Amino acid sequence: MYNYTDFDTAFIKERNAQFRAQVERRIDGSLTEDEFKPLRLMNGLYLQLHAYMLRVAIPYGTLNSRQMHVLADIADKWDKGYGHFTTRQNIQYNWPQLRDVPDMLDALGEVQMHAIQTSGNTIRNVTADHFAGAAADEIADPRPVAELIRQWSTDHPEFQFLPRKFKVAVTGSPNDRAVTKAHDIGLRMIERDGVAGFEVIVGGGLGRTPMIGKVLKDFLPREDLLPYLEAIVSVYNLLGRRDNKYKARIKITLHENGLEDFSARVEERYALIRPQFTGVDQQMLAAIEADFALPTFRQEKVREYHEARDHYPAFRSWADTNLAEHREPGYAIVTISLKAHGATPGDATSAQMRLMADLAKRYGHDELRISHEQNVILPHVHKNDLPSVYSALRAAGLGTANVGLISDIIACPGMDYCALATARSIPIAQEIATRFDELKLEHDVGPLKIKISGCINACGHHHVGHIGILGLDRAGVENYQITLGGDGTEDASIGERAGPGFSAEEIIPAIERLVMAYLELREEPAETFLQTYRRLGLAPFKAALYPEAQANAA
Amino acid sequence: MPRAFTPKVVTANALLEGDVIYQTATGWSRDLAEAEVLTDEADADLRLIDAAQQIDTVVGAYLADVDASGETPKPTHFREDFRAKGPSNYAHGKQEAASHV
Repeated sequence: MYNYTDFDTAFIKERNAQFRAQVERRIDGSLTEDEFKPLRLMNGLYLQLHAYMLRVAIPYGTLNSRQMHVLADIADKWDKGYGHFTTRQNIQYNWPQLRDVPDMLDALGEVQMHAIQTSGNTIRNVTADHFAGAAADEIADPRPVAELIRQWSTDHPEFQFLPRKFKVAVTGSPNDRAVTKAHDIGLRMIERDGVAGFEVIVGGGLGRTPMIGKVLKDFLPREDLLPYLEAIVSVYNLLGRRDNKYKARIKITLHENGLEDFSARVEERYALIRPQFTGVDQQMLAAIEADFALPTFRQEKVREYHEARDHYPAFRSWADTNLAEHREPGYAIVTISLKAHGATPGDATSAQMRLMADLAKRYGHDELRISHEQNVILPHVHKNDLPSVYSALRAAGLGTANVGLISDIIACPGMDYCALATARSIPIAQEIATRFDELKLEHDVGPLKIKISGCINACGHHHVGHIGILGLDRAGVENYQITLGGDGTEDASIGERAGPGFSAEEIIPAIERLVMAYLELREEPAETFLQTYRRLGLAPFKAALYPEAQANAA
Repeated sequence: MPRAFTPKVVTANALLEGDVIYQTATGWSRDLAEAEVLTDEADADLRLIDAAQQIDTVVGAYLADVDASGETPKPTHFREDFRAKGPSNYAHGKQEAASHV
């Protein structure tokens, strides 16, 4: 893992001291809220519906056991004993008090963490494949590059007041687990004729105007990455619209000016600034790469794992859903579900955080990851340790065998917490998960991604859910719209709106009708919901959702 | 014709805790039931200006509609209902405070 240099440590300390003074001046009335707001946002502090919310960056979703322990300590000392993991690999505390926030930031600084640029019109936390460095299908670990981008973008003087927020994601695998096509910039590490480089995707995004990113550069040599990124953001900074918040993201800039024009501007800017990059960034990257060296894997015959599989059905079921293939044959990638049926998606108590930290330390080469799907990952676990890991997780309420299934739902905080929300998300997720657990159907249904957002801004990624749910305010009542056929992978697509929305009471039965229809329609159990949808289109699913309209038409 | 003025309360978030608060005749309360109901538009505007000036106490003051037909004011929109009650997934915030009384 990356380790802070003296420069990093001093920078964070200085920044935290500045914010402490700003908080003091706000409390004594020398700063108005209008003056204070941009300062607190730059440090990840929001004012939500019932309380402040502190959003802490987990860079590219990677942390060690010591950091996870501190996240738990912070939850106990200054919050309500839990934290909420988000779709951008951050953690949010929902109940901090203003006076305590500087102490929370200092505690984070002690373990090389911060909340800088987790809000505001800046380059946000750079996200990456949560299986980075472990996945069997990976070309290269994307995290050193993500770390380089973080260092370049943090406090970058040119990019502190962009037209709008700016999100970057990196994947080192052809199977895109980082939703790169729904980011302002998505980077896919590729190889061409033995040379490492990137495919650069620009202008993806969800929200009010969902768009799949477009390829701006089909092959960018590795060493040209930072100057090219700087050229893109620089062009956007000047060209992006500042007159209308809803047209300010780079996806609109690209849409309004066209890919060709935008690309020409980027090339022009790139030619101008390229000579300023003298190769120091590549030296830094080499040093960062050394920090991400693979752990020394244990060479041992896999035995206990097979025995446990043969004897314990619950373990087998968990292993079937929650494990992914590791690059090292004796190892597995463990996804710990934060989606126990009926619980709040993405929430972990301080006790659960400590347990996951201890398991990572004991069995997982001291590494943890946060996925954009709001789960926690132990990326390197020897298969012989899996039975022990599973029983410890299960005892802590973390043994739910549902990763990738219908109850593994992404949900934004919605109107239970968020000041922007137009409807609640969490109770809908809780009810869907509870209902399908009662039906005992989810393993039969198989891979199915439900994603729920409580407003048009789409933090819950509903546009790329196989089933997307969007909560709206319709004449003073919560109303839920369904989109179908969305996909956040390398075959990214935006879901299609199924028809009129449903009330909070109607939405759960509607989802049930939809899933039952799929079970009827699929050609064989191996055909997934998304495959069936792609084969048959919207019509048969629409008929299941709106049986009355069907009856009236007949 | 201008729309008739509907009853309102002044609401905001407390600066230090962020908690939802309501203006009373003499100060602020965390309980909507104690809020001062404003039925006159000019009066409501003045009370809001007064609230907005208290920059070392409150954040983001605004006028929220209430149903004033009962003994105590009640929210008319679900968002204000959630603000008055707290989140639905945990008994935190105002629900927690209520259980400690």
